[in-house]
Order: sequence, then structure tokens, then C-alpha cells
Amino acid sequence: MIILSAKNLTKSFGKKIALSNVNVEIPRGRIIGLLGPNGSGKSTFLKLATGLLVPTEGEITIDGAIPGVETKAKTSYLAERTYLNGWMRAEDIIAFFEDFYEDFNRIKAENMLKELNINPSDRLKTMSKGTKEKVQLILIMSRSAELYLLDEPIGGVDPAARDYILNTIITNYKENASVIISTHLIADIEQVLDDIVFISKGEITMTSTVDEIREKYNKSVDGLFREVFKC
Amino acid sequence: MKWYIDSDRPIYKQLVEQIELRIISGVYSPGDKLSSVRDLAMDAGVNPNTMQKALAELERMDLVFAQRTSGRYITEDKKVIDEVKKALAFREIEQFFEKMKLLGFGKEEILTLIKKVEEGENSNDNTKR
Repeated sequence: MIILSAKNLTKSFGKKIALSNVNVEIPRGRIIGLLGPNGSGKSTFLKLATGLLVPTEGEITIDGAIPGVETKAKTSYLAERTYLNGWMRAEDIIAFFEDFYEDFNRIKAENMLKELNINPSDRLKTMSKGTKEKVQLILIMSRSAELYLLDEPIGGVDPAARDYILNTIITNYKENASVIISTHLIADIEQVLDDIVFISKGEITMTSTVDEIREKYNKSVDGLFREVFKC
Repeated sequence: MKWYIDSDRPIYKQLVEQIELRIISGVYSPGDKLSSVRDLAMDAGVNPNTMQKALAELERMDLVFAQRTSGRYITEDKKVIDEVKKALAFREIEQFFEKMKLLGFGKEEILTLIKKVEEGENSNDNTKR
């Protein structure tokens, strides 16, 4: 059962090719790390999956459909930059998400805010960078989606909250859902990943399971990444 | 008991070893019900599929058995547990001998050293590595 499929997916911005001829199939029930150095095309790939960008060539499908209204209802996307207004309070955004998404679970979101000691009546603009990130991730993970696309979800978050967030990711997705996490903080997340996709200069250079890499190279994914992408 | 996952070996193997250790050392008693895959995965901070794989391996080793509707249990067969315990002891001893050989000790020397340390006669070598 494939939730996301890309065929000859290419995206260029003018002369610059961001993604070149990418072929990949993501099955359901997996947590996938989309790993690559800065500017390798990770965010572009996720934006193509959400429909925020359209392919230059080739196609990408979610559960068999081209990104559109239908696929957006089952895709939960954490953008690399926030699209929420600074004047909004956490509770406003919860109401906003509740209106927007049928699969949004308000109780889940409120519980997570409480567990991370975030005051629901605080405005976004008064929060620290890390707290803002937490709020957004809580919103994204409180949906009961079939595909989660998380673009750099833990970059600004402290290590303790990181553990909490990773646990949230492990426990909150349904069995038939998949989670794609783009990041370069590999060491922190590799324990929760099933599979990894290495992406470099717009091309996929390796797909594997985490344990296959450890078995084959006697190295962590983080170690292999540092070797493959050595500057 | 905390879970320790190091970075360079397959995660599921490390989970198998640590659950083994918990069974042998009595943290889990024979016949105990194991938590759900998801809860175990969350506790260890690993992917549920990886935990699932580890449990399948433990089932294959007969240390754990699944009851179709009610979950997974630790074996009640003490013989199986004893065998795993022995195998683990052998593994540890083999690794110890490997290391001592690297330090340049012969078999007899090692055995004498062990005796000495055990009797507390040697003040230099009984410090922890």
C-alpha cells in the first residue's frame, strides 16, 4: 500500500534544477527520514507533495491522486516557516485548525500544550522560537492524517522537548499513516525512523532501512551521512 | 530499567538483547504480560516497527509467546530462560577473553588473574576499566 509516489519528478526554478528525475514510493505505516545537506531539495520535495509547488516534469501522487483538495484533507504539513499570524493566541489557532480540518482532535492538542507547559492564551509573537515550533508541531500532530510531512520539525527545540516531540510522533500516527521527516539533525531522530532517503543536489542517492545501514556499514545513519556528505 | 541504544549496531538487535537481559535478570518474570508494542516503543524511544521486529525475534527464540487476542507474554518455561542465560554468559566470557588476548595475556595467565582479582589480592588490576 503506497501513500506517496513520485515518478520522474523534476522541479526547476528558471535555470536552477531543484529536483531532478526523482522516483520514490513511500508505503503506509512507516516513518521516513528525508536526509540531505542544505539546498539538496528536501523542502522542494515536501512542497510538491503538498501541492504548494507543481512539478516541472513528472508527477507526484498522494494515495493515487495528484495534490489537490482531496489529498490536502489527508496530508498534515509542517512548513519550514510559519504561515500563522503573530497576533493569534494558541487557543485561536486551535479553533482555526478545528474549523479547517475535519480530522483535527482538539483534546489532543490541548493536552499536549498542557504537557509542554504552554499557555493557550499566549500570543504566538510573544513566544520563543522553540515554543512557536512546539505549538505548530502540536497542531500538525493533532490531526489524524494519513501522511505527515514535517519540514525540519525539531531544529529550534530543546533536547528534552525533542524527546517529547519524537514520542508524540511515534505514538500519534495511525498504523496506516506514514510520516516523512526532513532534517539534518539525524542523530536525534534516527531511532524513530524506519527508512531513510538520502537526497543530494536534487537527486535521491540512497534509500534504505536504518537497521540495514547499521548492519552493512557498522555505522549509524548519522555517521554514514557525515561520511557521504563530507565537505 | 533504562533502555540503552548505541549508534552503530542494528537497533532491533539491541532491543532483543535488552529484553533478554530483563527476562534473565528477573525484571520481567515468567508469565508476565508485556506492554503493547506501541508502549514499549515509546518507552524505549524507538520506532514501533523496530520494536515489533525485536518481539518477533524473541518469539522465534521462544522467550516470548503471543496469545492471539490478549497480547504477548514472557515464557513460563524456565529451561528456555536458563539456556538463554547460559548463552549470554558464554558470549560475555568469549568477549572478555578476546579483550584479554588483545592485551597480550595467555589463557593460563588470564585464569590466574581472575583468581587473584576474585580473592582481592591484586590492588592494581581490580579497578574498573
